[in-house]
Amino acid sequence: MDSYFHSVTLDEELCRGCTNCIKHCPTEAIRVRDGKAKIIDERCIDCGECIRICPYHAKLAITDPLEKIKGYEYPIALPAPSLYSQFGTKFTVNHIIAGLLELGFYKVWEVALGAELVTRAVNDFLSNKDFPRPVISSACPAVVKLIQVKFPELINNIVPIKSPMETAAKIAKEEMSKAGYPSEKVGVFFISPCAAKVTGVKNPVGMKNSAVDGVIGISEIYGLLLSKIKDIKKAPDLQKSSGAGVGWAISGGESRFISGLRYLAVDGVENVTKVLEEVVMGKLKEVDFIEALSCVGGCVGGPLTVENPFMAKARIDWLARNKVDKQQELAKHPDWQELMFTEKIKPIEVLKLDDNIAIAMQKMENLEVIEKFLPGLDCGSCGAPTCRALAEDIVRGQADEVDCIFKLREKVTEMAEGMLEISQKMPPSIRKKDK
Amino acid sequence: MRDNIVKPMVMSYFVEKGNFTCAGEASSKIKNKLMKLGFPSSLIRRVAIATYEAEMNLVIHSWGGVIKAEIKPDVVCISITDTGPGIPNIDKAMQEGYSTAPESIREMGFGAGMGLPNMRNCADTFNIESQKGKGTTIKMIIR
Repeated sequence: MDSYFHSVTLDEELCRGCTNCIKHCPTEAIRVRDGKAKIIDERCIDCGECIRICPYHAKLAITDPLEKIKGYEYPIALPAPSLYSQFGTKFTVNHIIAGLLELGFYKVWEVALGAELVTRAVNDFLSNKDFPRPVISSACPAVVKLIQVKFPELINNIVPIKSPMETAAKIAKEEMSKAGYPSEKVGVFFISPCAAKVTGVKNPVGMKNSAVDGVIGISEIYGLLLSKIKDIKKAPDLQKSSGAGVGWAISGGESRFISGLRYLAVDGVENVTKVLEEVVMGKLKEVDFIEALSCVGGCVGGPLTVENPFMAKARIDWLARNKVDKQQELAKHPDWQELMFTEKIKPIEVLKLDDNIAIAMQKMENLEVIEKFLPGLDCGSCGAPTCRALAEDIVRGQADEVDCIFKLREKVTEMAEGMLEISQKMPPSIRKKDK
Repeated sequence: MRDNIVKPMVMSYFVEKGNFTCAGEASSKIKNKLMKLGFPSSLIRRVAIATYEAEMNLVIHSWGGVIKAEIKPDVVCISITDTGPGIPNIDKAMQEGYSTAPESIREMGFGAGMGLPNMRNCADTFNIESQKGKGTTIKMIIR
């Protein structure tokens, strides 16, 4: 059994036990207990919605500190394409890459290049294979997990090809090894806009082990990187990636180069949920390929980014348009078969009420009775996101009916009335006759 | 608890003629309940597609009707009953690509003539009865 490590966690000190986060969680994975939010690990898909919504910044993503690169003699940075959108346009991609080298990285291998290779792999895969349509991109780890938890029916629709990050990591390591560097001294670090990528590296999906050695949040290094970039007068021509790869940072960027297919690009976890729901019902028949990204705008809207996602999206759009045809890296890596998943994606069965369907039906029946007697306000005061979720927690034995403040008040009123009634009762020996 | 003494769980939804805004809600609710109950995903997918097609048929072609799902631990029985207008030629209606949907509906992306064939493909047992003027009843068993 896999342990359910995930990146998104709570800073108990900062949490005030308000109910903002429980309302926005797409898998209803948070409850407030004892005045603090509690994440139900198995349900969390690391989408980062709670990080964005928490007014007290009590939700955070566990990432690796920059110091970790000192553990390797030859640390390699794998900047996500979204990193290119985080600085004003007067700083070019060359500036950013040069800045990363200044931070102490020995080399930079652009994830945008990995994205170019993955684009080609997906194109080849789609033309060669008889695969259930619509095919769903595996690029967003939060979406893959959303499918595992909420839409296991669609697991077979996920394109079984590694992410640009994994591709970049793998090739970067291979190149270093070919150049004679000892593998134990080479460490690759993803510079990430995304919390789910951290989880994806620790508990990879579709493969046994990740080739990535650490994940550093963009927000973690932003200030330091900016200070380095500022001092770079003239950056050498370091960018190898083209617009085809850089465009992956925004919604629609991956699909743009999926040739000859009817695609749909959807972003924001709520919107993604709606689209997947329709796929399950067989509704989106005319679509061949679905690019679904959990963050609004795409990876530029990731919880570990700094810049306004819409500004960032605009910048990526400019960059991607200006450099479309370079794609020089493709010729060097002809074999895309190596990018295929090696492991099957498994469903995460945490939403069902019981392992035994008959017992689950009994629980469902109880749940519906309980729900009928709840106020239906979905106020969240009980610590569950909706009255229905509370009813579900009750039948699972994880909550009590009087957790509902309205139910509690009813009970108190009942009790008070009972007490009043009793208080008026006198033993017959001293009872006075009514006038 | 033994499976054979479990009383079936019944879900029943009225589907209004021409109401595209709510179309899909009944099938979505049935699907989500099956998931909570822990049914295998392959069964859920088939039920979802079959009920969705049925729901769209009620919206597009019927004068309104009811989708009923009877859930037992090992089987899901779905029945769809409408009040009319009835299908003049069932054999034709069961052919893939045959549709009587008006142009306005086809423009919306519906009416490809795959509704009934899709339902039949998803079901282990598929039964359809229709009488002009009286309405249509479809019964499906999916296990």
